[in-house]
Amino acid sequence: MSDAIIRQTHADIDAHQFDTLAWTTPPPLAEARVAVVTTAGLRTDGVTMWSNSDEGFTIIPHGEKRLTLSHRSQNFDRSGFNRDINVILPMDRLDELARDGMIGSVAPRHLSFMGAQRDHTLATMRLDTGPAAAKVLTDDDVDVVLLTPV
Amino acid sequence: MVGTLAHVLEAHGLATVAIALIRGQIEKTAPPRALYTQFPLGRPLGRPDDPEYQHEVLAAAFALLERPAGPVLEDFPEVLGDDGDTPLSCQMPLRHDASLHPAVDEALGIRPAYNRTLQRTGASSVGRVGSVDGIPSILEAFVRIGDGVPHEEAAVPGGDLLAAAMDVRSYYEEAAQALVDHVPGARQVDAWIYGDTEAGKVMHAAQRALHATEGVPRPLWYFLMPMMHSRIKP
Repeated sequence: MSDAIIRQTHADIDAHQFDTLAWTTPPPLAEARVAVVTTAGLRTDGVTMWSNSDEGFTIIPHGEKRLTLSHRSQNFDRSGFNRDINVILPMDRLDELARDGMIGSVAPRHLSFMGAQRDHTLATMRLDTGPAAAKVLTDDDVDVVLLTPV
Repeated sequence: MVGTLAHVLEAHGLATVAIALIRGQIEKTAPPRALYTQFPLGRPLGRPDDPEYQHEVLAAAFALLERPAGPVLEDFPEVLGDDGDTPLSCQMPLRHDASLHPAVDEALGIRPAYNRTLQRTGASSVGRVGSVDGIPSILEAFVRIGDGVPHEEAAVPGGDLLAAAMDVRSYYEEAAQALVDHVPGARQVDAWIYGDTEAGKVMHAAQRALHATEGVPRPLWYFLMPMMHSRIKP
């Protein structure tokens, strides 16, 4: 069995269908503030097992490297992250892009949820924790969000 | 989940671009902008310790922000496979204390490697059911389960089989980082744990015993290790 099989078995999982497509036009990338939101289940509080069915999020200060990969799923590679957290949360890469003027700036905070939730419709995230996450980001004047899964 | 999150964030005034690892899911959620990367699960930017490659992925993702309308779903042109069929090759400590179960002796032997990784990273994902010092006790409990002791009587630390099994996996994963001097291929460390180590033998035996015991709920044995490395096929 390989990732190809997992891709196949997970492709048919139900998901909420949005009736309309929200659309926000970003400023030019060279002027944009960029944050990362990942679904890897990353934490800074030392908790190493994300609670079952917890659709909440954690806040990761930019530059914080002492992160635990607390996702409950066994079915993805963790050794890449153990070697280089940028393969999930590319904070160093964003710093380099900001330094080179490719992006305007890096957000002071990034966020993590945990994917592979039992409730495939993600109702709590859509109605509650997702908007709360958006407020954290807009409070930081973020323009662009890069979303990364595992 | 990234597709659904993108819809929510976008509706609150944030422009999003999602990297996707499972095409079927991102097609269903159809977020405003998505880049499908056929990379190993767990490595959305492709290659650890390869800044140039990660920048290529980011450039492809951010380029989608220039599109005037969506939903946009683009494929990153390069496919990266996993190496789950090729166990990591690394030097293991010699047997030290023959009075211990081989898996316990092995786990104690790789503790210095685990410590070196912890020193480098400053954080560990071990600790779901107790401190790293409890890894030998976890392995002893899984040995008992493999020997036929009911899991309720096996004294699994914390009483949570899945969490305890994940602690063993994290301990070996993090130790492995200090046992080799290169970036492991995706799933190579898992292939080593569940194919070559004494701990892996213990976990397979425990999974077989749980699977063979009437009344044991499926999740208790099914999630004991990555699906890819289980020898029990659903």
